[in-house]
Amino acid sequence: MKWLERQRNFIDFTLSSLSRRKGKNAALMLVYTLLVFVISSVIFFTQAIRREAEALLTSAPDMILQRTVAGRHDLIPLSYGEKIKTIRGVKSVQGRLWGYYYHPAAHSNYTVMAADDVTSGDDTAAVGSGVARTWQTAGDNTLYMKAFDGKVLGLRIAKVFSDTTDLVAADLIVVSRATFGRLFGIAGTLATDLAMEIGNQKESATIALKIVQLYPDTRPILREEILRTYAAIFDWRSGYIIVLLSGTALAFIIFAWDKATGLSAEEKIEIGVLKALGWDTSDVLLMKFWEGTVISLTSFLLGVIAGYLHVFFASAPLFAHALKGWAILYPAFKLTPAVNAFQIGTLFFFTVVPYAIITIIPAWRMAITEPDAAMRQI
Amino acid sequence: MRNSTLYITATAAAAVLLCFLFFVYPLLPRSAVTEQERKEKEHLLQSLHITDLCLFTEASYTRHLSQADRFAAFQDHPLAIEHFPSGSLVSPPDSFMERQ
Repeated sequence: MKWLERQRNFIDFTLSSLSRRKGKNAALMLVYTLLVFVISSVIFFTQAIRREAEALLTSAPDMILQRTVAGRHDLIPLSYGEKIKTIRGVKSVQGRLWGYYYHPAAHSNYTVMAADDVTSGDDTAAVGSGVARTWQTAGDNTLYMKAFDGKVLGLRIAKVFSDTTDLVAADLIVVSRATFGRLFGIAGTLATDLAMEIGNQKESATIALKIVQLYPDTRPILREEILRTYAAIFDWRSGYIIVLLSGTALAFIIFAWDKATGLSAEEKIEIGVLKALGWDTSDVLLMKFWEGTVISLTSFLLGVIAGYLHVFFASAPLFAHALKGWAILYPAFKLTPAVNAFQIGTLFFFTVVPYAIITIIPAWRMAITEPDAAMRQI
Repeated sequence: MRNSTLYITATAAAAVLLCFLFFVYPLLPRSAVTEQERKEKEHLLQSLHITDLCLFTEASYTRHLSQADRFAAFQDHPLAIEHFPSGSLVSPPDSFMERQ
């Protein structure tokens, strides 16, 4: 208890000492908190997106087969699928019909997909919430689309997917296969690509090889590749943001270093007075340790809490500008909280610990000098 | 009240809040996706054979990252350079990088 009381006395003294230099310390804490806030926001965001992708894309097809012509993705004849079905291990092959539609009024790109189970009729569409938000349907709930032959196609919105599907369906317009054909003029014997189900996942690579031997103009994409693509997607992005941030971080390091290593005249006199009053060198160091801890721990806690609220409660509005790019239709990121304790631990170690330690060095240098020399600043 | 009491209380409260946000909040039923919504999402993904997340809608190679080929970013015209902002933010699919 005596030890605890002693530490509390040190904290009391440190806090009143910090409050004497309010402006300088408040500025330091603000910059410190902002830096932790931005870095932790990036960590939370990337982690949550990665977790979301992992969870969602386990439902992706086992394999997608594209046909390429002169290096470009081309339509694939459904007859390819008939032959592929005979390969041992392939459970099912289904032609996917999908493409893009640019809507000039909304200045936005949409993904149009054909589905087999459109029960509301050929003149209807099911749309993602982003489509409903941006299309500007003028109140009659109908999407007017220009078909390949110039004819205008009116599709009544039969269903709007809920906000929770935004991460996969914000820009989706789902129509029947017949409507897709009318819209893009694609013959019934062709598909955009083939989605395959494979009995044993371990055989995927062998089956892909067999398909490429059978049809050299095709390109198989395995689910593993899709998952790996999304597992890696934000690594570079977060690295990119951190590279941009490194300038800010360096400026902060210089600022903190200057603040922590160079004692002000006032602080030197304070140490001299404390020594003259009978404080040990270890007492002075303990006081300085608490000073560093108070600033860095408070900034860390505030920064991480603010980062969490920014990403998971406010859907990361500060990143929106960078993430949106040219995309008018910007999906709202309603992310499920996912926290990587190791990353936060690393952030703690690299922000709180070094600052708490570097504040001790100049204080130690000053504390080992004679009190009168310290007070006279020799 | 002593300054230290105030500081220790505030720091402890912030630490408790942080622990709550990290470990308890994600498990709360209202923050978790409800069973109905999860089923709807799963049905959508399976029935449409969805392969990609809708992150960037501006270019085909960023909208369907996993479906893009090596040339998707440069195929607008023979001298095209990759020019969409999101293209500079997302890395090309992992499988491309490995083969190089």
